[in-house]
Amino acid sequence: MVTLGDYLTVSALLFTIGFAGVMLRRNIIIILMCLELMLNAANLSLVAFSRFQVQPNGASNYDAQVFVFFIITVAAAEVAVGLAIIVALFRARQTTHVEDLATLKF
Amino acid sequence: MSPFLFWCFALLMLVFAAAVVINRNPVASALSLVVCFLGLAALFVSLNAFFVGVIQILVYAGAVMVLFLFIIMLLDLRAEKLRKINWVATAGGTAVAVVFLAQVLSIIRRFSPAQQAFPPLTGTALDDVRGIGMRLFENYNLPLQIIGILILVATIGVVVLSKREAR
Repeated sequence: MVTLGDYLTVSALLFTIGFAGVMLRRNIIIILMCLELMLNAANLSLVAFSRFQVQPNGASNYDAQVFVFFIITVAAAEVAVGLAIIVALFRARQTTHVEDLATLKF
Repeated sequence: MSPFLFWCFALLMLVFAAAVVINRNPVASALSLVVCFLGLAALFVSLNAFFVGVIQILVYAGAVMVLFLFIIMLLDLRAEKLRKINWVATAGGTAVAVVFLAQVLSIIRRFSPAQQAFPPLTGTALDDVRGIGMRLFENYNLPLQIIGILILVATIGVVVLSKREAR
């Protein structure tokens, strides 16, 4: 029997992997991929809760799935803008390593 | 979905998510991310969210990952050379992640509905596209249009950002 807690645990593990990637990796493209992992972990929780809360008409709660739809849309836009910024950055500095980009560091 | 299939796909997804972080070669990371998203789409389907599973594959495994691979190819990134690892920062990052995970797991353990199985669906199983569409266009019409504007702004922004400045 698979419980709601199993899905939430998997979601928490996925979020932590993405979080650890953002903290540990130094390549901007990998950091952007790890951000995607974190967004998807949130999506998994939302869909699990949507399936858990069965409505009176016998269907899942689709409000949560609409949120997932919005999250996926915003994430796609975010990736497009983020990668364009990375390309512009690479053109200016020839690096995607965050430790080489310390201009704003205090 | 049987517990065996659930744990198979969950394990597949988590292993390839870890591979994204561990791999030194950006192309290998991107391809691991595709497999991770496919496993996640399988989990969505196991929750009877067929529409979300399909757009997960179309948008993430299709469009977003192609964009990532295209940029990696365009920038000609090689596998990172081993730099001197900053051990303090690495240990700090790992510690923060582990503390975060422990905290979330303790909350899930104390959350009483988490021990319950999913109640059965009594409606028609393949009705979710219609349900989401009705919600989207009736209850969430304004957010939908704002998202449309957001995508337009993102498109224009990307074109402006990637235009080479004449100097």
